[in-house]
Amino acid sequence: MSDQDIKKATRHVNQNEALIFERSSPGKKGYRLPPLDVPEVDPKKALGDCAREDLGNMPEVSEMEIIRHFTRMSTWNYAIDLGMYPLGSCTMKYNARVNEVVARLYGLAEAHPYQPERISQGALRIMKTLADCLLDITGMDAITLQPAAGAHGEMTGILLIHACLKERGNPRKKILIPDSAHGTNPATAAICGYAVENLKSNAQGMVDIGALAAQMNEDIAGLMLTNPNTLGIFEQEIHKIADILHEKGGLLYMDGANMNALVGKTRPGDFGVDVMHLNLHKTFSTPHGGGGPGSGPVACKKELEPFLPKPIVVEKSDGTLGFDYDRPKSVGRVRMFYGNFGMHVRALAYIMANGPDGLRQTTEDAVLNANYVRRKLEGDYELPYRSASMHEAIFSDRLQAQRGVKTGDIAKRLIDYGFHPYTVSFPLVVPGALMIEPTESESLEELNLFVDAMKAIAREAAEDPELVKNAPHTTRVSRLDETAAARKPVLRWKPATAQPEGESLSRREEVAVER
Amino acid sequence: MRYLPKSPADRQLMLREIGCKSMDDLFAPIPAEYRLNRDLKVPRQMAESEIIDYFRQCAETNAAGYAVFLGAGAYHHYRPVVIDSLISRGEFFTAYTPYQPEIAQGTLQAIFEFQTMICELTGMEVANASMYDGSTGAAEALLMAARITGRKAAVVARSVHPEYREVIRTYIQHQGVPLSECGYLQNGRIDMASLEKQITADTACVLIQSPNFFGTIEDIPDIADLAHRKGALLAVSIAEALSLGVVKPPVEADIVSMESQSFGVPLGYGGPYAGVLATKEKYVRQIPGRLVGEARDKNGKRGFVLTLSTREQHIRREKATSNICTNQALIATMATIYMTVYGREGLKELAQQNLAKTSYAAGEFAKKGKVLFQGAPRFNELVVQTKEDPYQINERLLQNKTIGGFPLRKFYPELGNAALWCCTEMNTREQIDAAVKAVAQ
Repeated sequence: MSDQDIKKATRHVNQNEALIFERSSPGKKGYRLPPLDVPEVDPKKALGDCAREDLGNMPEVSEMEIIRHFTRMSTWNYAIDLGMYPLGSCTMKYNARVNEVVARLYGLAEAHPYQPERISQGALRIMKTLADCLLDITGMDAITLQPAAGAHGEMTGILLIHACLKERGNPRKKILIPDSAHGTNPATAAICGYAVENLKSNAQGMVDIGALAAQMNEDIAGLMLTNPNTLGIFEQEIHKIADILHEKGGLLYMDGANMNALVGKTRPGDFGVDVMHLNLHKTFSTPHGGGGPGSGPVACKKELEPFLPKPIVVEKSDGTLGFDYDRPKSVGRVRMFYGNFGMHVRALAYIMANGPDGLRQTTEDAVLNANYVRRKLEGDYELPYRSASMHEAIFSDRLQAQRGVKTGDIAKRLIDYGFHPYTVSFPLVVPGALMIEPTESESLEELNLFVDAMKAIAREAAEDPELVKNAPHTTRVSRLDETAAARKPVLRWKPATAQPEGESLSRREEVAVER
Repeated sequence: MRYLPKSPADRQLMLREIGCKSMDDLFAPIPAEYRLNRDLKVPRQMAESEIIDYFRQCAETNAAGYAVFLGAGAYHHYRPVVIDSLISRGEFFTAYTPYQPEIAQGTLQAIFEFQTMICELTGMEVANASMYDGSTGAAEALLMAARITGRKAAVVARSVHPEYREVIRTYIQHQGVPLSECGYLQNGRIDMASLEKQITADTACVLIQSPNFFGTIEDIPDIADLAHRKGALLAVSIAEALSLGVVKPPVEADIVSMESQSFGVPLGYGGPYAGVLATKEKYVRQIPGRLVGEARDKNGKRGFVLTLSTREQHIRREKATSNICTNQALIATMATIYMTVYGREGLKELAQQNLAKTSYAAGEFAKKGKVLFQGAPRFNELVVQTKEDPYQINERLLQNKTIGGFPLRKFYPELGNAALWCCTEMNTREQIDAAVKAVAQ
């Protein structure tokens, strides 16, 4: 491999850094408390047997070391701020800085959830305004902002379906889930007490309408459908799907993970969806933060409204906003307080920065980018479904696998070219899937670099498969042995006496500088 | 639109490359009758300065600069500035879940350190990478106990945060988990005699909170002993994490579910916060959520990976331990930085300050009213009963830019005019004296 081939990435030194516990020594401090203005209390006297002796191996380090420790670690991460992050179904888009600024404004960041409503009008106004925006975006009638993430929203939505059908007389036993669905869908159905029935897709990668009609019966509570689905394909017969369900008394749940393909162009409420969740951390640009926090509002049609989690924000007769707890049919609370409010602030700031025109353009650019990547790579990688792509393009590794190069290898090799990998081996209906979602945040130049990298890897897979199979070659750690890690899990650090080998190794690492 | 990095010419060129005449061609898969042919009803596109103005106005109509005596599951502690400085690095906050460990060691090592610190503080052997919050964590703890024991029922103390109990009921409503609630005694602790009767051969789990909703610290060894004698597990929920600076960790418990908000996470009108589940090593395969473990690369170099994922939904689907996917990673990182700043000595010193403030407040309130739940230790909350309606008292306090205690009547009608007051290191003696004076008026 010559660095000349790699247009985007260049190696650079980043420092090693031990675990914070390995930096710690008694007497170092990173804090100073103000003097106590009330009499001291002896914890042993105050707490008796409940008093704690000491805090074990908690670290003792200075502020300077803390800054270096976490800053160094941060340099080992890839991030959207560094480049394209084309994880399919994850919608890794730009996280605007103004969102971070407004979420930290004093009156919002320091608001206690139980402070009186009268002095919480600003926070309530934000929640209400966001709720109204999301209702028009989805075309639904009512909404809760309480769920903390997508899967949490799914659970809320399926609980609504259960409650609604129960009131109609029978909550039913099963939920239909397409074979291309995300794993949270079946896991959610199980939590809500439903059995899962698999729904096969047709040769175009869409729901097989005939199969659905044959499978649908009075035992089935609903269908959990992602649209566009995880193949990036819009379910063109969506209204037929809704009709088949509704005719037999079922309800249509839409997983909104791929809403970035639809905002401002079409509305789930208009094409027959009864209840859905949104991922504010995908479509509405709240940061993923290395795995969370997210936020998963659930929007529904009128009939499901009485069952929404409590409380909901309402406008009172005097024009002020407040919470309505008096909701006897509610499925209950899914989280304490009102949800991940800080994410609501950021999502609203994102909507305001875009406006109706910006949101539409965003969707168009997201779909344009995916189709551009698809067109540019379709000769080099196998396209398992030829149906039109929306916001993501799904390839398979069939061509490369003939030389023993799998989707996971191609993904690792992309790292050497300075890109985060696409989503690997998902959806499960495509063997060896490469799921690419560029989002709207990529310029033509960045897309071209990505396309060049993918084409170069396709060449390498043909000419020098070992190069790809052993990638990445430029990262601070090479492929980690995940099998060994799972066989004998080490899930926490322990002091050197209990772990002599780890201690000697960490010392060695501290003095070494990355080559 | 300023976030979109394309010129009109770029778009035209790309459309040509794809073989489309216009953007509309790209949306042809959406049936014409469902295409939206109008603008969305959302605010018009705004300049950055306008956005800041809007939220500033919102922030100004929210309480700011008040003395706060509210706790009840969300605690007002000082947040060292290094936390926001560090988590504002794009490499932390604009990264995804660390599924590609070669380029995610920063997040992975931070979470490994989080897991270690949670174990050190709680006395448990393993901790996960985070849950949504303390309330959903408590519900997951209960479901986890049912999987471990093969039993179904649960006993939950009434002194567990009322909103946690609401969430638990929501989570278990279709799991066939019979739930009973166990009352509290005059000293604020759980009624052991009643608990003994309530634990049956089908009880998977006893769930308590300590310090409980009233601030009272429970006798964990005794409760654990009782639960274990009857073959049930003990799950302990901790809403005020800072208590672990001076309060003995619940080492006798089988599962600890903790809300980490006290560790440097802004009150933020209720979220985002971060829950965490910790347990004994032998139960690790039943814990929900992500776990980070140590691994070696080809050259023997130490690194970290997400591990034991066969418990999780993306592998196990409907048989997974939970449906959780996205967690609260960045908030867990905030908590990790906070725990690092204060560390072994600072958490203790800070917790002692909280203890001293509350002890002082209890003494002062006792001169003017009745402090309930005497005879058992408390951490930084206390229940004050007054003749006057606490809502009225709070109205009066608001005039002095003070937010008074949390009136308990809504959740505990039997306590009448009682309110839950919280004192942290943020409450000065002056504030406490003024509040006591106003209460006694």
